[in-house]
Amino acid sequence: MKRKKAQDKTRGERAEAGCEVDEDRALDFYRSMARVRKFEEAAAQYVREGSIPGFIHAYIGEEAVAVGVCGALEPGDYVTSTHRGHGHALSRGLSMKSVMAELWGKRDGTNLGRGGSMHIFDASRHFLGTNGIVAGGVPLAAGAAFAIRYKKTGQIAVSFVGDGGTNHGAFLETLNIAAAFDLPLVIVVENNLYATSTPYACVTKTQDIALRGTAVGMAAETVDGNDVEEVHATARKAVARARGGSRPSLLVCQTYRTVGHYEGEPVAGTYRTWEEVEAWKQKDPIINYKKRLIERYGATIAEQLDRIDEEAGQEVASAVEFSRNAPFCAPVEATEHVYG
Amino acid sequence: MFTDNDRQITGIQAIQEALAEEMRRDPNVVVFGEGIGERGGCFGQTKGLWNECGPERLIDTPISELAFTGMGIGASMAGLRPVIDLMYIEFMMDAAGQVVHQAAKVRYMSGGQFHCPLVLVAAIGRYNNAGPHHSGCYYPMFMHVPGLIVVVPSSARDLKGLLKSSIRSDDPVLFLEHKSLFSKKMAVPEGEFLTPLGQANVCRVGTDASIVAIGQMVEYSLAAATSLAKNGIEVEVIDPRTLVPLDEETVVRSVQKTRRLLVIDEAHETCNAAAEIATRVIEKAFDYLDAPIVRLSGAKVHVPYAPPMEQFVAPSPERIEQTVKELVA
Ligand SMILES: Cc1ncc(C[n+]2csc(CCOP(=O)(O)OP(=O)(O)O)c2C)c(N)n1
Ligand SMILES: [Mg+2]
Repeated sequence: MKRKKAQDKTRGERAEAGCEVDEDRALDFYRSMARVRKFEEAAAQYVREGSIPGFIHAYIGEEAVAVGVCGALEPGDYVTSTHRGHGHALSRGLSMKSVMAELWGKRDGTNLGRGGSMHIFDASRHFLGTNGIVAGGVPLAAGAAFAIRYKKTGQIAVSFVGDGGTNHGAFLETLNIAAAFDLPLVIVVENNLYATSTPYACVTKTQDIALRGTAVGMAAETVDGNDVEEVHATARKAVARARGGSRPSLLVCQTYRTVGHYEGEPVAGTYRTWEEVEAWKQKDPIINYKKRLIERYGATIAEQLDRIDEEAGQEVASAVEFSRNAPFCAPVEATEHVYG
Repeated sequence: MFTDNDRQITGIQAIQEALAEEMRRDPNVVVFGEGIGERGGCFGQTKGLWNECGPERLIDTPISELAFTGMGIGASMAGLRPVIDLMYIEFMMDAAGQVVHQAAKVRYMSGGQFHCPLVLVAAIGRYNNAGPHHSGCYYPMFMHVPGLIVVVPSSARDLKGLLKSSIRSDDPVLFLEHKSLFSKKMAVPEGEFLTPLGQANVCRVGTDASIVAIGQMVEYSLAAATSLAKNGIEVEVIDPRTLVPLDEETVVRSVQKTRRLLVIDEAHETCNAAAEIATRVIEKAFDYLDAPIVRLSGAKVHVPYAPPMEQFVAPSPERIEQTVKELVA
């Protein structure tokens, strides 16, 4: 694969590749990633503490994918997400308070506390759910794309899925159908190299996931998923293909979760080495983006970025306070919403 | 029967022992599943087996439920005894066609030329706010299908004894483990033992009413029974252990004695195992009943995430106790 590491690329090369964005956009990207990171650091803490029930899968280390892709979307576009979906939800503009309250199981959660982390829905954001079933959202996104084209409403649909999900029938079948039907769909693979403890390489002969798209006749590209600008630039092309010509794309983002599969799982030492995790931490999408922006715009921006960090921290703190104090639904409300 | 000096081990350890013993006994036993190799499975169910059995017999699969379930079925037709670990029963739904149309029907369709000696293992039940995609029971859906054996153990001892019998079964078995058993320590005898399929366990002897309970509901029923005994109400608690085949005889005999029946099932009420058990008792022992059969079931709603709602949707020991009081009144 002729792909370069973000760090290796010069500014000129990046500009030439059409990746570099203007300063406002850059600050937006940084803010979005910082919000996701701080949200999840807090959520993880409250899972450990026991005030968030159930379990969560954190997206720490992968934030550039959600932010880069969602930055290329319009408000009306549909998105399906995964079990690791807080980043997708926040990047799609779901209210941080509501998402946090959903994790706490509260009435003010996005869906009344009946779903939790793996079942976050928001119709007002066309957000078709995080999902407890691996690859479960991929066919749904294709269905949304079909409805869009049928009704000629002009949006597109995007589906996030993990590397592990690409071995599921739902993914493989949908890939073909999306290509065959020319659906306005972008399937974004978050290749973090593992499906729980199973290395992609141990259960898959070819490591080049993009080939699967090529095989069914779909445009397919692989990018550095830790470089928000590269993700964004490539996503924009895929989005344009879907919106303009109703042609689907497969976008493979190479990334890594620098935390356990779920909160509570050891970060390394079982199926991943500490060296590997440390090496990926060096490629942290947020820390490196901060460095890059300071290089690009000079020291003056550093202050702004620090302020963004601080504001994100405050926003998360107030979402936590809100969630802690919010009421639960009455137990009997569990019987609602089974049928219309 | 277990004694006071039995050692205490967790449900997961009981499963590990059953697998280890059966894999030692029969080289045709292999395990398919996600992460069941070196890491020992998502619940630790194959921990400790790696050194002995290695990658030839512990087959770490991609997330391809339909394919590896179908492979397990094919392998069973070609002479192996696969244990197919689907992690949560929800993920078995992605392979349901293979289970219903292939595993369950091969013996029948082939006129007995082929059969499928395999075990489909999956975790079931509401536990610790796992939310609507990780909390279901769903055994009634598979009880409906001829050709499948459906096992739902309620103790570590039965997890071990029934898993061993399931692996030795010549017909496909759904072996469904309630998550509440995994980390709980319970008495399990040392050494090898088998618990026969199709034999209910009378967990507590009583005279005033019979309770038939499934999975975690056995624990709840025993708790309720202890409390009821303080009020002078003696209930008999029966765990069918295998839902297909169902040990009707033990249930009917109990009802003939107590003349009252409460059936408790965490699965959604419509067409659940409790409905089937109640029907069988009506068919076989209607004349013995002094009161209508009562069912306590999981609500006809999915299992929600928030703790107060999650608790609401399944029977509780308190509700069981109250229901028995009304039944014997
Ligand atoms: C159909 C199905 N099979 C198995 C699981 C259990 N499971 C949850 S997450 C996961 C790993 C997913 O890996 P990947 O798609 O790479 O996403 P990642 O966790 O790496 O983000 C598995 C096997 C599931 N939720 N759904
Ligand atoms: Mg992965």
